[in-house]
Amino acid sequence: MAEPPPPDVAGFACPAPLRDRPQIVMGHGGGGALSQDLLEHIFLPAFGNPVLDQRGDSAVLDVAGLLADGGRLAFSTDAHVVQPLIFPGGSIGELAVNGTVNDLAMSGARPLSLSAAFILEEGLAIAELAGIVSRMAAAAERAGVSIVTGDTKVVERGRGDGLSITTAGIGVVPAGVELGPRQVQPGDAVIVSGTLADHGMAIMSVREGLAFEAAIESDTAPLAGLVAAMLAACPWLRLLRDPTRGGVATSLNEIAAAAGLGIEIEEPAIPVSPVVASGCEILGLDPLQVANEGKLLAIVPADEAQAVLAAMRAHEHGRQATLLGRVVAEHPGIVVMRTALGGSRVVPMPIGEQLPRIC
Amino acid sequence: MKHLAEYRDADTARRLAAEIGRLATRPWAIMEVCGGQTHSIIRNGIDQILPPEIEMIHGPGCPVCVTPLETIDKALAIARRPETILCSFGDMLRVPGSREDLFAVKAAGGDVRVVYSPLDAVTLARSRPDREVVFLAIGFETTAPANAMAVQLAAREGLANFSMLVSHVLVPPAIRAIMMSPGNRVNAFLAAGHVCSVMGTWQYPPLAEEFGVPIVVTGFEPLDLLEGIRRTVAQLERGRHELENAYPRVVSERGNEAAQAVIAEVFAPVDRAWRGIGVIPASGWRLADAYAGFDAERRFDLTGITAEESPLCQSGEVLKGAIKPSQCPAFGKECTPRTPLGATMVSSEGACAAYYNAGRT
Amino acid sequence: MCLAVPGQVESIRDEHGIRMGRVNFGGVVKDVCLAYLPEIAVGDYAIVHVGFAISKIDEASAQETLRTFAELGILEEELAELRESDEPARPAADKTEPAP
Ligand code: SF4
Repeated sequence: MAEPPPPDVAGFACPAPLRDRPQIVMGHGGGGALSQDLLEHIFLPAFGNPVLDQRGDSAVLDVAGLLADGGRLAFSTDAHVVQPLIFPGGSIGELAVNGTVNDLAMSGARPLSLSAAFILEEGLAIAELAGIVSRMAAAAERAGVSIVTGDTKVVERGRGDGLSITTAGIGVVPAGVELGPRQVQPGDAVIVSGTLADHGMAIMSVREGLAFEAAIESDTAPLAGLVAAMLAACPWLRLLRDPTRGGVATSLNEIAAAAGLGIEIEEPAIPVSPVVASGCEILGLDPLQVANEGKLLAIVPADEAQAVLAAMRAHEHGRQATLLGRVVAEHPGIVVMRTALGGSRVVPMPIGEQLPRIC
Repeated sequence: MKHLAEYRDADTARRLAAEIGRLATRPWAIMEVCGGQTHSIIRNGIDQILPPEIEMIHGPGCPVCVTPLETIDKALAIARRPETILCSFGDMLRVPGSREDLFAVKAAGGDVRVVYSPLDAVTLARSRPDREVVFLAIGFETTAPANAMAVQLAAREGLANFSMLVSHVLVPPAIRAIMMSPGNRVNAFLAAGHVCSVMGTWQYPPLAEEFGVPIVVTGFEPLDLLEGIRRTVAQLERGRHELENAYPRVVSERGNEAAQAVIAEVFAPVDRAWRGIGVIPASGWRLADAYAGFDAERRFDLTGITAEESPLCQSGEVLKGAIKPSQCPAFGKECTPRTPLGATMVSSEGACAAYYNAGRT
Repeated sequence: MCLAVPGQVESIRDEHGIRMGRVNFGGVVKDVCLAYLPEIAVGDYAIVHVGFAISKIDEASAQETLRTFAELGILEEELAELRESDEPARPAADKTEPAP
């Protein structure tokens, strides 16, 4: 009987080198070699920073100095799903970073660090994942935050929408900054940082069944820098809100309800780019109800409004900032629009998903 | 957008409103039949710049609103079947059936898709021969050419897996029903411009004559609406009752004859139930016998599906203009856009939803 | 009923035996069925509903309608001058400003 040849351990070569698999397989979430591969070839090179490179089970951050003179910690999380994963003007990667950065910024915080958890669907192209991760890294760099900890799981094909990303983040709210509905006063100005509905219409333009061609790009952008510039111009900002899903209509209704005050906006002041307005027109959508990913609403003391607007317009993400309306004591909890024709109507809270109308 | 922006000028709108004020010497109730016009009136606050003499009554011209509960329940039953893909215009998804809406069926695993055009449903049927693709074909005359073409195309290509659940409704019989209903207060009608772009205006002079009401074909932009109202009031004040066309850039007397020919081939008149109003004779279209093979009601066993409307709901009275939505006891209480009892609260075009959203009481 | 929007025909082609076209709605371009407007040409404007062009916009009528509106403004102005010292105008007329 011939002896079986001894295993040639040193010369072992996997017939299909793991990292060269073109698609995500279940094993990429198993915590073993495939998971390591993803980490080493996709995530670490993109996000690499001293804290992440420690590869600990948790990120350990030294924030004592930042909190020393009365700063407070802001903490937020945001889950992201979007179809398609890459769309005009951005991808789920930018959304995941900017979403949490902006949530932090709306409390007046300077964002510091993010976590990122990825749920990958079996079959997702690794090249697509890599592309999204590198967009995410670039977005983090632009926003001035680092991604310091993360996790990856894989779900079976058909049980995930390609990829979903959940980020959480911490930031520091400077001493003296106190934003919230309780600060809002009748007479305050309502400011919006730029054109509305760009993100929602960019997504619609590539959605199955609705697809149209238009030069519409998502407005996804980090707003912490803009907020810092606004706070520098007026430390007494009353409240900030990023009008994402449900659009400005939802955010204004939430503000009015939380403050127990009314809000009045002027229809002619609503900034919408012409091509986005056309898109809304053909689908029968109201730009006030369509999502934004790089805009903010600010409630500002009336006599500071001009100073805040000037500071905003000097910043790349606030060039088209404009006065939208005012806070009033009348009709608490209700948002009213003065129409261009001189009539008025209530701006309702949208109910659910935005659907194109035929009638 | 050209041919849109010109008709939104605020100064001209105020002038038209002032002119209407100058003309109106006594109260007039004018019904805009079309839900799209209702939407534009409320959205632009046109009713608020009109003089107090003019009352706009919001008519039954929202195809989503008047689609009978039974048809919705049938659509839901079709969507629940594992072999079907139900395609619908976006507005229909939220319309509640007896127990649930299409969103709920979708959440429970039904394949429900929003399409922009009925041709998208045909395209889907072409690419998914393994599934039954059913299109929920609702609409007024405006939508009929599109739906008719979809059936024609499916027939020509022999797409055996395509069918339609048809609930088409027509404007002239509805005007007649409103004028004949007890307690009717309507003095004049704005006829729906886009319906007339397809059908022409020739159907309306006999109605204006028979019921002694001015009928003015009107567009949808603020200036179009105000011009339609201005012409209506001018007729009313002079005691005239004629058909006028205030939307001539889009509407001709004969309408779109190519479209009418295809409609005549694909559809046949039928008595149709209108949600909240009841059956109006010859007020709708069904698939003509030659296309019966594409009728979803024949293809799927839908027997036994009948539906009762909420006894609280007064939407019939609202649609006929007999009461304002806010006069319905359930308005804003049991019935809100989140928990609609009647279809007029569902679609943003619906009179009750339009009232609710505008905060009108 | 019937959300229908004006757009300009950019190109015309045949698809599955049906006359189709690309229609530009203020920068948004969509595929539209042109079968019901056999006479429509590139450059024309049409009213489009659920992906179907249902009516060609008649430019002459459009101009005519706009002219009526413009004349209304001039008329209003003249009336306002006549009324100058008369009883106060209706509330809606208060907001009327002279045409630019
Ligand atoms: S308010 Fe609701 S219950 Fe009342 S008529 Fe309107 S839809 Fe029906």
